[in-house]
Amino acid sequence: MKAAAKAGKEKKNGYGYDLIAYTVYAFLYLPILIVIIYSFNKSEINVNFTGFTLDWYKELFSKDRDLWQALKTSLLLASYSTIISCVIGTFATIAMHRYRFPGKQIIENLLYIPIVIPEIVIGIAFLATMSMFGINMSMTTLVISHVTFCVPFVIFTLRPRISGFDASIEEAAMDLGANQWHTLKRVTIPMLVPGIIASALMSFTLSIDDVTISFFAAGPENTTLPIKIYGMVRGKISPDVYGQCVIIMLGTIALVAAAMLILSANARRTKRIQSN
Amino acid sequence: MTEKMDKKPIISLRNVIKKYGENLVVNKINLDIYQGEFLTLLGASGCGKTTTLRMIAGFEDITEGEIFLEDENMAGKPPYHRNVNTVFQSYALFPHMNVFDNVAFGLVEKKMKKAEIRKKVREVLELVQLTGFERRKPDQMSGGQKQRVAIARAIVNNPRVLLLDEPLGALDLKLRRQMQLDLKHLQQQLNITFVYVTHDQEEAMTMSDRIAIMNGGVFEQIGTAEEIYEHPKTKFVADFIGESNIFETSIHAVEEKMLKLIMEQGDVTVREQGFEVNEIAYLCVRPENIKISEFPVEGFNLKGIIKENIYVGSQIKTTIEMINGYLVKKTAFPDGDMKPAGSIVYLYWDDGKSVLMHTKEDKIYNYIESAEGGSIPS
Repeated sequence: MKAAAKAGKEKKNGYGYDLIAYTVYAFLYLPILIVIIYSFNKSEINVNFTGFTLDWYKELFSKDRDLWQALKTSLLLASYSTIISCVIGTFATIAMHRYRFPGKQIIENLLYIPIVIPEIVIGIAFLATMSMFGINMSMTTLVISHVTFCVPFVIFTLRPRISGFDASIEEAAMDLGANQWHTLKRVTIPMLVPGIIASALMSFTLSIDDVTISFFAAGPENTTLPIKIYGMVRGKISPDVYGQCVIIMLGTIALVAAAMLILSANARRTKRIQSN
Repeated sequence: MTEKMDKKPIISLRNVIKKYGENLVVNKINLDIYQGEFLTLLGASGCGKTTTLRMIAGFEDITEGEIFLEDENMAGKPPYHRNVNTVFQSYALFPHMNVFDNVAFGLVEKKMKKAEIRKKVREVLELVQLTGFERRKPDQMSGGQKQRVAIARAIVNNPRVLLLDEPLGALDLKLRRQMQLDLKHLQQQLNITFVYVTHDQEEAMTMSDRIAIMNGGVFEQIGTAEEIYEHPKTKFVADFIGESNIFETSIHAVEEKMLKLIMEQGDVTVREQGFEVNEIAYLCVRPENIKISEFPVEGFNLKGIIKENIYVGSQIKTTIEMINGYLVKKTAFPDGDMKPAGSIVYLYWDDGKSVLMHTKEDKIYNYIESAEGGSIPS
């Protein structure tokens, strides 16, 4: 009660802070709003809004085959790299949780590197490595590059969940006659499933909108959607790009929302397990 | 007790040592546990009791020594190849499975037929009074219910021995008392050997056939609740189980089964054997056995003054200050012998109501004695 009253008071006092907050949000979301608005603009020039139209969306869905090919590439790429990242990430998390091995701390710290260092550096490094070994850029190299930056996110998503586990749950499985493999299959991995789903959504989202790394790792036939759009806007910005952006945005928001929902349910559950 | 001693042990610990690095957790223990017995490992936290249980279950390696389950050496056998089951302190139910699947887990591992699994799970849930809870998930149940699922999940496998690691620790006092009796009855009904770990002496005394008191990685004493309470073998046991008045004494004279003791508080003659003159020993008397008199009693020269009487309902707790400032605890029924605070009283107790215990210090004392005597010990 007291805390709630206090919180209410603080809100009233923070008049100036409200203004700052609104400004920040305006800067963040106004451009997105503009993109949405212009995707429905009759005029081809984006400075004045001349009337509502769905023509750009029609055009998008009817003629531009290249764009659809790029979308297909992107979806395939995101699916492959999500599946591979989740498998590697899940087993890595379990291994790092369960075993002590030399250099474990170093490996854990190395996980931050793909997240921290600029994507452009990763991209160039990847390109340099591949050309050193004389490997041509293809879908395979693209998937490898995406798995590289998705795996750390999978591990970071799963790690809090697995460390919240009661260690005796796995012991209980073994006590009841399950060998190591059965324990993994029947207990450990099923308990990780919500976390795995959340990290799959995250990997998919990261993979599907990546430009920088894909730019270096993609072969000529494997243009992803973000690269394609990037190429399109280098010249004149055509309103159909706005439409494209709106669609991607909606897709991404849906995915992230799903991830957030699962993560929060996950966190509540972990908390409950720990409090019991 | 004696009839159990005739049987063959179901679990034998032989010179078991457990070290974590340099840290000695279990120090060369020996223990036989018999078929159908309820044995409790009792001790404060860090005494090695849980480690001992985990070594029997197979979760911990043994540094040295051997554990036998029905004459079979368990060395190198993983938990899933041992016919024992464990009830964990945290219950350790599988959160992604409902009650039925939790209980059926071990039977599925044994590749039992589905119809048989269903029948067995139904029977065991009836036994723990959880019929109708099959579809519940663990997080939809109370602590007491989860505890019963954990027990059902273990006993459905028909283990030779059930290991219980402080299974009632997380429950509130009232529920815990009820569960103590339920568990005891369950054990008698199933005739499964229970090895129970707890730090709660009352719990241990309520449930156990035998109690093994652990301290610093060794057993201080193994015996029935009565043996341990009435005849503690060490000062630790006397202190740990119930309340005790412990006097430090030295043996002044040994006369035909009677020992004359000198202590700071006064002199006492007790009926004991197996002690030598000049040996240092502890004399333990339970508060309920202390009696008071206005006049000196033969064989006792223990004078004190009553500090206070506290009425606690069923009993009166009296504190008596002795000559050297030592405070003696005495409990009595409200209609028993009572003197107002400030009275000068003489303490005594009935024959056989005190226990004399060897100390580890007596050797040092002997050494000092002989050194003072001028002779060098060889």
